[in-house]
Amino acid sequence: MSFLELKNITKRYGPMTAVGDISLSVEKGEFVSLLGPSGCGKTTTLQMIAGFVEPSAGTIRLDGRDITRAKANSRGLGIVFQSYALFPHMTVFDNVSFGLEMQRVPKGERKPRVEEALALVHLSPYAGRYPRELSGGQRQRVALARALVIRPPVLLLDEPLSNLDAKLREAMQFELRDIQRKVGTTTVMVTHDQSEAFSISDRVVVMEAGRITQIDQPYRIYEHPQTEFISRFVGKTNLLPGTVTAATAGGASVSLAGIRVDVETAGLSAGETVTLCIRPEKLRLTAPTQGLLTGRVADRYFLGSQWLYHIDGPLGTLMAVTPNDGSTPVETGAPVGLDWSPAVVRIHRGTLAEAPDPALEVAG
Amino acid sequence: MTAQPSAAPSATPATAPDDDAPAARVRSAPLILSAPAALLFAALVLTPLFLTALLSFNEFDHMTGRTGGFTLEHYRSVLTDSYYLEIFLRTFRVSALATAICVVIGVPEAYILSRMGNPWRSVFLLVVLAPLLVSVVVRAFGWSMLLGPEGPINAALVALGVGRVRMLYGEGTVIVALVHVMLPFMVIPVWTSLQKLDPAVEQAALSFGASRATAIVRVVAPQILPGILSGSLIVFGLSASAFAIPGLLGGRRLKMVATVVYDQYLSDLNWPMGAAVAVLLLTANLIIMLTYHRVVEGHYRRRLG
Repeated sequence: MSFLELKNITKRYGPMTAVGDISLSVEKGEFVSLLGPSGCGKTTTLQMIAGFVEPSAGTIRLDGRDITRAKANSRGLGIVFQSYALFPHMTVFDNVSFGLEMQRVPKGERKPRVEEALALVHLSPYAGRYPRELSGGQRQRVALARALVIRPPVLLLDEPLSNLDAKLREAMQFELRDIQRKVGTTTVMVTHDQSEAFSISDRVVVMEAGRITQIDQPYRIYEHPQTEFISRFVGKTNLLPGTVTAATAGGASVSLAGIRVDVETAGLSAGETVTLCIRPEKLRLTAPTQGLLTGRVADRYFLGSQWLYHIDGPLGTLMAVTPNDGSTPVETGAPVGLDWSPAVVRIHRGTLAEAPDPALEVAG
Repeated sequence: MTAQPSAAPSATPATAPDDDAPAARVRSAPLILSAPAALLFAALVLTPLFLTALLSFNEFDHMTGRTGGFTLEHYRSVLTDSYYLEIFLRTFRVSALATAICVVIGVPEAYILSRMGNPWRSVFLLVVLAPLLVSVVVRAFGWSMLLGPEGPINAALVALGVGRVRMLYGEGTVIVALVHVMLPFMVIPVWTSLQKLDPAVEQAALSFGASRATAIVRVVAPQILPGILSGSLIVFGLSASAFAIPGLLGGRRLKMVATVVYDQYLSDLNWPMGAAVAVLLLTANLIIMLTYHRVVEGHYRRRLG
């Protein structure tokens, strides 16, 4: 039996369904992220776990106990809010100590525990400051220390890093994971930032329009997105509409606007409409006539560690990413060949909702 | 009314001194822009105040009226006469009680209001503010009809066998009416500071196991203290200088400072005396409010900024 279990949880606001029939099991000590665009119901889900929103249907169990109708202040969960929600009129020490005080921890025991929590987030010298005298990153740590000091069974993080600047966000990602590993608290994080979700989670739950579309390890979500939505939302991708011409021994043969390519997906039948999905970093640039396709570099962008090319070809504009290995990049306007191995191609059955311009696919 | 020292207009950001003409223009712009309002303020508020202060030092004779000379006699008689001291004390007692009751009623009212869903919130906000649309005099007469010997309350008491109770012309009546009139001035600033409150902060308190009451007392109340402070200052200031309510509901017996000023001017025709009482009221009011402001605000300045 899993530690935290959501079963058929639904939340309706009038006629609108914010969260529709989702089920999720989180193991003890696991770090799970709810990932999705805004309005997908991930925050509502977190609020139902926290007890701020009551589910319309379904049950939530924590360590075998049904907490679906339990009040927020009886659940004992540690929550880090997006706005941090620190108590502005209390010092850092008092902020962290508040939860212990509410749990009637004896005074003598409170001080060492607060100090321990502050040390964990490297804020010991700031115990006497007020929140408004701290930087964004420091406030974030106070919020984390405040949530961890009560030794909660589950730590809930609501977009914990979204208010930090890019550099700090990256540093805090690793620190967050580090602290979570050290403490071993079961953690559920809500985020719309896929790199955040991927880098620190054991498992990622992708949500779309109030439903869970995939629960998997970060690597598998990236490499094996189960829906076209996920392949677009998670990372950059080239989506190519095609038709299956024949099923072959190793997979199938697909025609993309007259160009025949092989894929390794089994179970496709001839005549079926499919969408091929190829990540930009899986495309290889070759000499003009040697690849599966020939195109021309329409634009190139320097991303520091990588080059991003937009390549015009018979299938429209494709994105390709190559590592910046120090060699001279291909010039804009130069002809170039594109090649890929059949193993990197993912197939979604059916046509695209609308033919997207790959150049505009900047999800994440 | 508040102790915030307004920044001097000349405190504009310093520009390079060698860059003369634009710098001068930048420096004079705030002065020029604030001049119309400043002139209006000076003409309509400071001039009468100054004239009143001057008047309070004029000599007065009951036979010949006001004479031009300078005297401190009026101040001396006000400050030493127990009659006046009692009226001052009563005024501040009544105002302080009205302010305290406004805090007790107005703060929860604003909190409940901020928690309401949208159609109802707008409706009740309107209900709270609607009394401001009715003249204070009309409202005072309303209370005197309600509480009068033939009013509905006394009729009800008689019907219940309790008998008639004299409610008009007492401190209690004046306080009740003042609270009624002043309540919106408490609700509005508290409501404003509640609007600025991050709702997640209260949720955070709950998530750490605080009861709803504890969350309000420990987390919400300290943060809306500036709103309560400004509401109290407004209510106290307006109550201490209120004229219509004590004039109409306090009757001839229960005098407050503003009604005494009125009597001095219009019954005794002793304008200098009335002016002296008015100046003393203003001064006492200022001292009380500044002290209160300093004590409460100073306590929270570092925390809330």
